[in-house]
Amino acid sequence: MSDELTQKVFSVIAATQRIPVEKITIDSTFEELGIDSMDGVNILFALENEFNITIPDEAARTIRSVRQAVEGVDKLISGDAEKPAVAN
Amino acid sequence: MGARRVVVTGLGVISALGQNAAEFWTALRECRSGIGPIDLLDCTNLRFRNGAQVWGYNPDRYFEPKAAAFLDRFAQFGVIAAREAVRHSGIEFCAALRARTAIITGSCTGGQTFEDTAFRSIYRDGANRLPPLTIPLIMANAATSSISMELGITGPAYTISTACSSASHAIGNAFWLVRNGMCDAAITGGCEAPFSFGILKAWEAIRVVSPDTCRPFSKDRRGMVLGEGGAMMVIEPLEAALARGATIHAEIVGFGMSSDASHITQPSADGAAKAIRAALADAGLEPEQIGYINAHGTGTDVNDVTEAAAIRSVFGKHTERLPVSSTKSMHGHALGAAGALEALATVMALREGILPPTANFTTPDPRCDLDVVPNQARATQAEFALSNSFAFGGLNAVLAFRKFV
Repeated sequence: MSDELTQKVFSVIAATQRIPVEKITIDSTFEELGIDSMDGVNILFALENEFNITIPDEAARTIRSVRQAVEGVDKLISGDAEKPAVAN
Repeated sequence: MGARRVVVTGLGVISALGQNAAEFWTALRECRSGIGPIDLLDCTNLRFRNGAQVWGYNPDRYFEPKAAAFLDRFAQFGVIAAREAVRHSGIEFCAALRARTAIITGSCTGGQTFEDTAFRSIYRDGANRLPPLTIPLIMANAATSSISMELGITGPAYTISTACSSASHAIGNAFWLVRNGMCDAAITGGCEAPFSFGILKAWEAIRVVSPDTCRPFSKDRRGMVLGEGGAMMVIEPLEAALARGATIHAEIVGFGMSSDASHITQPSADGAAKAIRAALADAGLEPEQIGYINAHGTGTDVNDVTEAAAIRSVFGKHTERLPVSSTKSMHGHALGAAGALEALATVMALREGILPPTANFTTPDPRCDLDVVPNQARATQAEFALSNSFAFGGLNAVLAFRKFV
């Protein structure tokens, strides 16, 4: 995954959670960042809009860290060509 | 006037399990789920397809065309259920009783069916005018008002909106009004019709709806399934019911409320336990006297774990001997009507001596360590039962009923 993608995910999380982007690292868990389940759903919504992807409910349930979020978005973007049903 | 005993003398319900109380009970007893593919609207752009609709609903069967046009789908369900409950009770409303009867209903989303269509016409289709009846059709108290007009009931009438606890709060308030002598009868329950595209998209967004079916307390549960319908009961003082020779279906003996004061969507076991304890205290009951709980049991991961923890914290060792089932597995989660559907299921369970099961159950979840009456109704000697409702926003309402002998 690219640095650009990672930075974009960081900034989406920072903006949604209203925290400084400097607080976020690739190894941060949602818990460390004070992101509860409702915040998590909000972040996924913002990521869907930012990257024009659809994150399935089952995948959404497992994303509890920044790394999982970045990897999940990366997978959906790169899988775009093969699985158009996933993207909007 | 001292506190009076209050009994349930009339039941009415329209839901995915049929269009009257008898069909509702038969489906519950036979563990027949009303969940199926939603056909009220196009679900192509939704992540779920299934719901618990009122299958085969035809408003013409219940209303003159002009009357139907004055009522949103949700309010129609409320009126239909109230008519059946009143008919079933055999109560006769003289002028004096009309003035002393309350109508208290619950609704979460109000006239969504009409609202969605109407607003689409101005937002998307470029219309510049809305029908003049838009406001009276979408207001959440429309069912209460229509029941009052149809029956000429002039006593206290209002609607409570506390999301998924709405109908339980409504029934509890009506119970207290009658118990305390402020009213001499009440028509109370809830109605909901949340199958509008906007509301379905909103539920999709919060990621708690199951893509297949509703499996409360089962390890493989994947969320709730939305339902619709209306359920109402007629309640009155025991003495009045006996005096007119009414059939008594159960006694309503307690009501407890609490607020989690915690999180807008995450339920708190402590808040739920407080409401259960409050209902027991209001009824003057010990936990060991409860023989059945109709759970809130939405089938979401968090609700079911939290509710199981709340039940354990109140009932301790008695939990081992306490059957708890979720009938949402059959009638779906009808939001503001849910508490009424479940209160009726609880009343019928006590009356018939049969516990309705938790349908669609496959695998026990150690985090929901309860006897959930899986997939098969069960005979019971239970004298007292609870019906739990826990809403988004942390607003909890629990009703306590007693078998009438």
